[in-house]
Amino acid sequence: MTHPSDTGPAPVLALKDISKSFGAVRALKNVSLELFPGQVHALAGENGAGKSTLIKTLAGVHRPDAGQVLLDGEPVVFHGPGDARDAGIAVIYQEPTLFPDLSIAENIFMGRRPRRALGRIDHKATREATAGLMRRLGVELDPDRPARGLSIADQQIVEIAKALSFDARVLIMDEPTAALTGSEVARLFGVVRTLREQGAAVLFISHRLEEIFEICERVTTLRDGARIASEPLQGMGEDDLVRRMVGRDLEALYPKQDVTPGEVALSVRRLTREGVFTDVSFEVRRGEIVGLAGLVGAGRTEVARAVFGVDRWDAGEVEVDGRGLTNGAPSAAMAAGLALVPEDRRAQGLVMDMSIERNIGLTGLRTTVRAGLMDRGAERSRSLDWAVRLQVKYARIADAVSTLSGGNQQKVVLAKWLATGPKVLIVDEPTRGIDVGTKAEVHRLLSQLAADGVAVLMISSDLPEILGMADRVLVMHEGRLTAEIPRSDATEETVMAAATGRVA
Amino acid sequence: MADFSATSLARAVRWDTVVGALLVVVLLFSFGFADGFGNSLNLSFLIGNTLPIALIALPMTLLVVSGEIDLSVASTAGLSGAVMGALWNQGMAIETIIPLCLVLGAVCGLANGLLVTRLGLPSLAVTIGTLAAYRGIAQIVLGSDAVTDFPGQYLDFAAGRLGDSFLPRAFPPFLVLLGIAVVVLHATPFGRSLFAIGASEEAARFAGIRVKRHKLLLFVATGFMASLTGVFWALHYASARYDNATGLELSVVAAVLLGGIDFDGGRGTLGGAIAGVFLLGALQNVMSLLNVSAQSQIVVTGVLLVVSVLGPRLARRIAVARAGRRAAAAPVSEASAPTS
Repeated sequence: MTHPSDTGPAPVLALKDISKSFGAVRALKNVSLELFPGQVHALAGENGAGKSTLIKTLAGVHRPDAGQVLLDGEPVVFHGPGDARDAGIAVIYQEPTLFPDLSIAENIFMGRRPRRALGRIDHKATREATAGLMRRLGVELDPDRPARGLSIADQQIVEIAKALSFDARVLIMDEPTAALTGSEVARLFGVVRTLREQGAAVLFISHRLEEIFEICERVTTLRDGARIASEPLQGMGEDDLVRRMVGRDLEALYPKQDVTPGEVALSVRRLTREGVFTDVSFEVRRGEIVGLAGLVGAGRTEVARAVFGVDRWDAGEVEVDGRGLTNGAPSAAMAAGLALVPEDRRAQGLVMDMSIERNIGLTGLRTTVRAGLMDRGAERSRSLDWAVRLQVKYARIADAVSTLSGGNQQKVVLAKWLATGPKVLIVDEPTRGIDVGTKAEVHRLLSQLAADGVAVLMISSDLPEILGMADRVLVMHEGRLTAEIPRSDATEETVMAAATGRVA
Repeated sequence: MADFSATSLARAVRWDTVVGALLVVVLLFSFGFADGFGNSLNLSFLIGNTLPIALIALPMTLLVVSGEIDLSVASTAGLSGAVMGALWNQGMAIETIIPLCLVLGAVCGLANGLLVTRLGLPSLAVTIGTLAAYRGIAQIVLGSDAVTDFPGQYLDFAAGRLGDSFLPRAFPPFLVLLGIAVVVLHATPFGRSLFAIGASEEAARFAGIRVKRHKLLLFVATGFMASLTGVFWALHYASARYDNATGLELSVVAAVLLGGIDFDGGRGTLGGAIAGVFLLGALQNVMSLLNVSAQSQIVVTGVLLVVSVLGPRLARRIAVARAGRRAAAAPVSEASAPTS
């Protein structure tokens, strides 16, 4: 028996009182969920609330310990992801995994390409079928293009097309927008609306609340493995949703303190890396948070990398506290008081297999030393101290950072760099892919650091974050700095105009 | 080491403990069942024949931990032996020749290191190339001569024993080098950096670690140790030939991997690597005593190599599964432990 619902049609896919435990942990406790055709349903919850487990249960990766999965009202048991796919359920992940050397069409029809006589592959049919799928999605992508070099947004489109080619009726999108720019998100939403009109049921997961409100009709909120609410979004505010997710009122998401800027701490003059960015000049003062906005690919991350010394620059100069930095030398930048929390925490920010203790310790190899040897006691107390100060949630300090949630991993990266006592802190997408609660903590931390006299340069693609946190907004477009907007004048419109190259 | 928690210790030594235990088992078995294994002559042969592998395994361990490899070590050893022989034939003093050979080895390593770090070539490919090149130069230098008339006291040092014991006279110096290598890898910032580089070169770079400089230093050290081994080899066997130590690189790499050093870098301990070296040495020795045919010995060594690559991975998978379960269980202890 399914619950009577307020919408007309019966649910395509429903979970009824699903429970799932891993060892002693109950990841899901009696969770129910109904997905209706032609409806986009949001799944909200902090990291660790059970969203991934729920998705994996729907996708046939996990088998529930108790409860039922109902397909068109009939109980079904998925013995693996293949079963779920055959039942018309497709999952689009945040970072698709395509075969880079195969074309878009080959990726979509991998392993089941149309055949001609004698088992020969019918290239023409493959291509035409792909073009047909793209038309259905209202997207222009050449079926013959190799997957290598496609943006993440395009790769997701290919995955969606692939799902359609399996006649998917239920599409689960797991944080699809985390790595997309504003215009890419808009296009993806266009595709989602098209699918909705064609009668697909969509389950949409995102940390960006405004996206949930934009594209979804209903929302189910999970907290600690239990369903808190399942309700229409109409009439709800972001605050209501956040309260359901975290179970308490959240202090302001952007707790920016007013600070009078001090002396110039970071000075970048006419910095150029050929073909990447050109003639970039700016200053960041002590106590200031300067936002660096722009579209993905505008050269923001590349400027940060060059300033820190991971990449070399071709012309220009960088000074920290009036002292020039050596080109291409991160160790010199560190010694001068510069710290960079990089964009990709898994590949650049952390050594995933190393312990929390040693990851934080990596920036202290020059300081936690006695007579040329590692001072293990000093290393441990330094790491513990910062892990505690940033409220990293871990079981043991000797556990690998890979065992932590994304938000806690990001805190470890911050701990690692704050432990160096930086004068200038560059953070690149500091809250990407982390939950609302942790995001607010990171913002409070950045605000506190600025108040303590640290100069903060914050790169972010999250426009509300830039507007909420920055004293000043620098905007890059195609490798050049196109605008500098004081906090009072910074709005979505002014920043986006500069980011897209339109003169404001 | 009081701050070294029991679990991190257990995790760090799991595979090396297995290898160490295996070594003990093989030794016990050999003393019990292999006639002639326990006499001091055989033991000194065993250790003497294993020392060249062990010497090169020291820097090789550090290199593999950092994610690189040097397959040219045996050729470098051969080259330095050949140069030593040629210069000796020219009448140069041995006191001058040996330092020259060591410098030559360091230069060979530097060439490998520059090709890898400056040109960004994979070390596997670079050192397969220099494996051939260095051996070729050795042959050009010495031709097919064998130089055997090195001064007596040097030959005695390389081949003799400590008093009445079975230990070679070269063993104490080896222990000193081993101690240095252990300290460098496991107790210095340099060693810590190597693990970070091997586990994630990019993350190491973003943490301000000078990746290329570290690697270059290791290649130079490896070349140096390879040539030291070449000198030792020529004196130990009282024969400097261009083809000395041919194929030794495979034994070194096999032993290091057997000792639990991850081929992908970032994991392992020197203790494990050295246990691996002596395990291989003891096995070969005892198989010879038991008249196991040379072909069968090769099969055993090959199987061991596969096991050595597989074993640590399995051990780690188990460890990760345990850690995952522990981490997953962690929040429960804070919450009001739900029981069903």
